[in-house]
Amino acid sequence: MLEFLQALIWGILLGGMYALIAIGMTLIMGVMKIINLAHGALVMVGMYITYVLNIRFGLDPYIGLFIAMFALFLLGAFIQLLLINRLIDVDAILPENQVLLTVGIMVVLTETMRLLFHSDYRSVQTSYASWNIRIGDISLSVPMTIGFFVALIFVVLLHLFLKHTHFGRMIRATAEDRVAAQYMGIPPKIVTVVTFGLGSALAAAGGALLLPIFYLWPDIGHLFTAKAFIITILGGLGSIVGAFFGGLLIGVFESLGATYVSMGYKDIFGLIVFLLVLLFLPGGLKSLRIPVLRRER
Amino acid sequence: MKKTFIFSLMLFVIFLVLPVVINHPYYRHVLIMMMIWATLGVAWNILGGFTGQVSFGHAAFFGVGAYTAGLGNVHLGLSPWWGMLFGPIFAALIALPIGALTFRLRGPYFALGTLALGEIFYIVFSNWKSFTKGAQGILIMPQFTDKLPYYYLALGMLITAIVISFLTVHSKAGYYMVAIREDQDSAEALGISTARYKMLALLLSAFITGMAGAFYMNYVNFIDPAIVFSLSDVSVMIILVVMMGGVATIFGPVVGAAVYIGLNELLRAQLGSANALVFGILVVFIILFMPNGLVGEILMRFRKNVQGKKRGEVSGTFGS
Repeated sequence: MLEFLQALIWGILLGGMYALIAIGMTLIMGVMKIINLAHGALVMVGMYITYVLNIRFGLDPYIGLFIAMFALFLLGAFIQLLLINRLIDVDAILPENQVLLTVGIMVVLTETMRLLFHSDYRSVQTSYASWNIRIGDISLSVPMTIGFFVALIFVVLLHLFLKHTHFGRMIRATAEDRVAAQYMGIPPKIVTVVTFGLGSALAAAGGALLLPIFYLWPDIGHLFTAKAFIITILGGLGSIVGAFFGGLLIGVFESLGATYVSMGYKDIFGLIVFLLVLLFLPGGLKSLRIPVLRRER
Repeated sequence: MKKTFIFSLMLFVIFLVLPVVINHPYYRHVLIMMMIWATLGVAWNILGGFTGQVSFGHAAFFGVGAYTAGLGNVHLGLSPWWGMLFGPIFAALIALPIGALTFRLRGPYFALGTLALGEIFYIVFSNWKSFTKGAQGILIMPQFTDKLPYYYLALGMLITAIVISFLTVHSKAGYYMVAIREDQDSAEALGISTARYKMLALLLSAFITGMAGAFYMNYVNFIDPAIVFSLSDVSVMIILVVMMGGVATIFGPVVGAAVYIGLNELLRAQLGSANALVFGILVVFIILFMPNGLVGEILMRFRKNVQGKKRGEVSGTFGS
């Protein structure tokens, strides 16, 4: 029972940070309706920026996080402005060439980092990395707990931003119906650029929070892309709250799978859940909301 | 039609005598790799290009083809060449449940579903150590020391793939497939059994991909799950090859494969570790400026020219 509780709590803490990455993706997918396979690479770039700030300037990862977020906001906005926005006008047989563009971007980002830092495994050394808080018989890792709560704050802030600010409403309107939003005087170019920037910044935040726990190497991006996809679909496309609970669920699944089945197969649970959700619950968790709550939308 | 036939025949003869001119093993190796990738591209194109079902999980079929050849040798002592027969069959067999699951999904969701299935195959083959030897991989003894037999086998495989693709596309089923790509609901409304023709496209595609996988095992003699089930190095690269060459064209994937392998080898020789970076930048530019691939763009220009000329003639007759 204790083992179960321990695994459950670790899963929830880890899931909170995954959720932050996935929320960045769900924001981008909801507004732009594209599959962004470069998302994990953006997380990875954010991690490297935080890492360099820590190694060179001795900046704590939790402070470097904000610089990484700002840098990734610019990078994301730049990608959307110069590359993805251009492709919307292009006439191609398969609309999926946007996906391939993001693959190209992923390759460029990954290989740039490989060129700069080689394929070595790196990690930041912090004094608190191995600290634990004990509550009764359950121990909580300090960096994971901090990461979870910082992620939670970001999720709440983003939620408030989308619900209660003018620009947030513009983003939601564009996500709902791009053409109609344009008729209402919302400039889709600016909205998409800012959204991609925000999504990338959240990816960087998630990466920076995971940095004290994970090893870092250029290919780590694939891992995060896969997880973010699973969570995005599980939560329901474009749903922030859905993605948050989806993240927690995937964290718990993985943690329980690693504890009770095997370490090697732990990733397969997420994928199977993903397929089942795609097939039987295409709206994701967000379609499970009770009808009374749905009206407020 | 006649022109295409003569063109194909000429190309065939050129490829037949090419290894006589090029006798350096390295260049022959490059040609063989090009043909393997061309076969993969042609296979993907039947499903992704003509039928419009973009699969991100073709590594599953490639890997199953390769592992059939390898495991048959390891567990049963069969010659790995039997894999060329059983590999495609097994790949098509696993395509049945994969299709049944993923064809319920559409567009980007189909892409994500196949992506997840491809990854599941990777994880299972990495962890099922008693049967697949896991990450240790499978090593077999090479059958030939010379590259020449492999060259002609690869050529035969590629031609088989092209002929299957050509016959499919120019049959009634092929037109149904294009109809499904353009508008699935309209196709369904016109009485096309979309489930059946999508499945047919997937089976053909998986069959050829499995064949290429089995040949790869025979040629390279070593595989492990990270090589043959890789999402970024197999599934995505197949799509890239097709996109570069030309989606929904017969020879597009062949050109795409030649460019992909050629560039890869060239850049590796010239730039060393920066080759993948330059390759990525090229991919971005190709997608931005040539969205229908090399062959696709040329065909489009050509058609525009022909139309322009015809229009010119018409206006000329009016003038005179």
